[in-house]
Amino acid sequence: MQKLKFYQKGTLTVGNRLVDEASHNVQASQERSNSLTCGHRACQGCGEALGARYAIDAAMRAAGKQLIAVNATGCLEVFTTPYPETSWQMPWMHSLFGNAAAVATGAAAAMRVTGKSTTRVVAQGGDGGTTDIGFGCLSGMFERNDDVLYICYDNEGYMNTGVQRSSATPPAARTATTPAIGAQPGNVFGTGKFVPKIAVAHDIPYVATASVADLHDLEAKVTKAMAFHGARYIQINVPCPLGWGAASHDTIRLARLAIETGLFPIFEAEYGRITQVRRIRRPKPVAEYLKLQRRYAHLFRDGVEDPRVARIQAIADRHIDEYGLLET
Amino acid sequence: MLEQIEGSKAMARVIALCRPQVICAYPITPQTHIVEGLGDLVREGALETCEFINVESEFAALSVAIGSSAAGARSYTATASQGLLFMAEAVYNAAGLGLPIVMTLGNRAIGAPINIWNDHSDAMALRESGWVQLFAETNQEAADLHVIAFRLAEELSVPVMVCVDGFILTHAMERVDIPTQQDVDAYLPPYEPVQVLDPADPISIGAMVGPDAFTEVRYLQYYKQHTAFDLIADLAAEFAERFGRASGGLLRQYRSADAELVVVAMGSVNGTIKDVIDEMRGEGLSVGLVTLVTFRPFPTAALQQALAQARHVLVIDRSLDPGMGGPLASNVDLALRNLASPPAIHSAIAGLGGRPVTKASLHRLFRQAMTEPWEGPHFLDLNERVVGRELHRRGKARRSGPAAESILKILETERAAAFQARSETAK
Repeated sequence: MQKLKFYQKGTLTVGNRLVDEASHNVQASQERSNSLTCGHRACQGCGEALGARYAIDAAMRAAGKQLIAVNATGCLEVFTTPYPETSWQMPWMHSLFGNAAAVATGAAAAMRVTGKSTTRVVAQGGDGGTTDIGFGCLSGMFERNDDVLYICYDNEGYMNTGVQRSSATPPAARTATTPAIGAQPGNVFGTGKFVPKIAVAHDIPYVATASVADLHDLEAKVTKAMAFHGARYIQINVPCPLGWGAASHDTIRLARLAIETGLFPIFEAEYGRITQVRRIRRPKPVAEYLKLQRRYAHLFRDGVEDPRVARIQAIADRHIDEYGLLET
Repeated sequence: MLEQIEGSKAMARVIALCRPQVICAYPITPQTHIVEGLGDLVREGALETCEFINVESEFAALSVAIGSSAAGARSYTATASQGLLFMAEAVYNAAGLGLPIVMTLGNRAIGAPINIWNDHSDAMALRESGWVQLFAETNQEAADLHVIAFRLAEELSVPVMVCVDGFILTHAMERVDIPTQQDVDAYLPPYEPVQVLDPADPISIGAMVGPDAFTEVRYLQYYKQHTAFDLIADLAAEFAERFGRASGGLLRQYRSADAELVVVAMGSVNGTIKDVIDEMRGEGLSVGLVTLVTFRPFPTAALQQALAQARHVLVIDRSLDPGMGGPLASNVDLALRNLASPPAIHSAIAGLGGRPVTKASLHRLFRQAMTEPWEGPHFLDLNERVVGRELHRRGKARRSGPAAESILKILETERAAAFQARSETAK
């Protein structure tokens, strides 16, 4: 029997109206913890604020509200705690830029040793705090299989300090330290790292990538991650209107295009093996994604497409092939 | 109970009696035996309800302790030298957050050149981090200071560093009286945090503080350290009463009341200094000693009182600020400058990178301080001939090469020449 799939017109995604009641996204309800509540200072259209709100609320639900969050230095830390105001309706701690995973390890150890092991711990940071400066502590936490869910909000650069390159910045992207100047403007090709793959290599219980374009999937993955004990890692693609030079209203569109081009593969892995990938129905050309962002403007100067667009397309195609992203 | 025991093992035993709930272990010489000892005690079941975590770096060691302390667990770690510098950012962070972590520092030199032996460069490098810094003179005191440190840290909610001379104390077998669990429990109540990550009462810790409040927050750190003076003295008195021996406190005086020359020093070198003082007193020379136990907060008032009558004060630094001289000497100088008739301050740099501080050298140094005082820092037992040869060599060529390797080469050449001369004489 052929399985019917319903998609929303235009976006080709499954919307709330087309799924059963139990699977609806609920934006507002009395039960919702609102762990990251309104009034914070994120930019309009901030993907990180959206991702964090859904991720932490899902984790709160899964943990029965017995949850502690540890935050690396970065946008999320700064825009949520303009003290004496704080957006965190939960125990929350910020120590340093590069140690969120280790501080979370300590908090989890304290919970175990003081007989409060039902209280769970999440650590969170941006890609700079995760893939660069916090990478040693992150790998240590993974390797020891500490009972921490680490969430990386990946906006592909150091946005809090004014948009500099990180090891998660994609090739050709313009940042303040990879300016669109010279013969090869923007970030160089052949560098950077995709930490979800490195996380999988640690054989930890659960690794996933997610996107603010699919909050339902994001919540499901956080909920699933919370069902495991030990080290878990979720990297969420969160477009940054400021850093990417994109319109605030394009955050979700860009996140969706990142998935549908194959540039940001969505998958799950358990104990070192990939168990699930999110397939793409109709792959989009990368140019459609790149053209919406001023950080790639130099690739389309004077209406001429830079040959490097083809190299970015090759990266997307390689992802589609490597992860088997194409829907058959 | 009296035991003949290695310093590190004794410290491990006493730290375990303090019932730490989270211990972060990362190896670095000469501190390693302490965490190894604690690991054994946890595995043996002697230290129950304790998470012993093998971390991947010193930065992680203290970061894990920051997390566990903020989440309400008594937290401990140990390090030395490069390890302390590698965790420097977290050292300041723990103090700024006011987390009562206790850390043993097995004092060791800092490279380059790499050197695993004892001096105080590590503790001095982070003297402004906001930690209380206590210096142990003996293995007994090294063990005892940890009991006091946990109590002090938790009463004030500040982190405390117990500074213990690497090898000289950590690796020395000595008689140590290991206290009973009952006595330690009576002295050190369970940890009651002043701030804690608790879902029942959610708070945010570690928010950004701007120009409008930063000075006030920092002032509170200063204020807290100042209230520590009385507390440190009280805790030492209470310790003496319960355990029957003097450990800790701000400073100790030895034959200094009427002394013309008073030596000021920290750590294990004080034992040798006391022997020298006894010998010099026997020769009718008026010499005494002030042993500084608490270096941070710096006990200015207590020092002024102890040194008001001295004519000469000789400060022995076990570290060097290359652009200034001895950090302890600078601190003592600042503390005494406003006395009605301040003593002359003489600074000596001694025992760098594990060089033994001998009685013979101290005899010469103390006499010189009284008879031919010098300006600036005096480098005890400096091999001036070797330095002279190296400076001469450097003056001759632009690409003169790395300094450490050159000094080693000159020393080796001298040794070979001396050997040659000896063999020829023998023939």
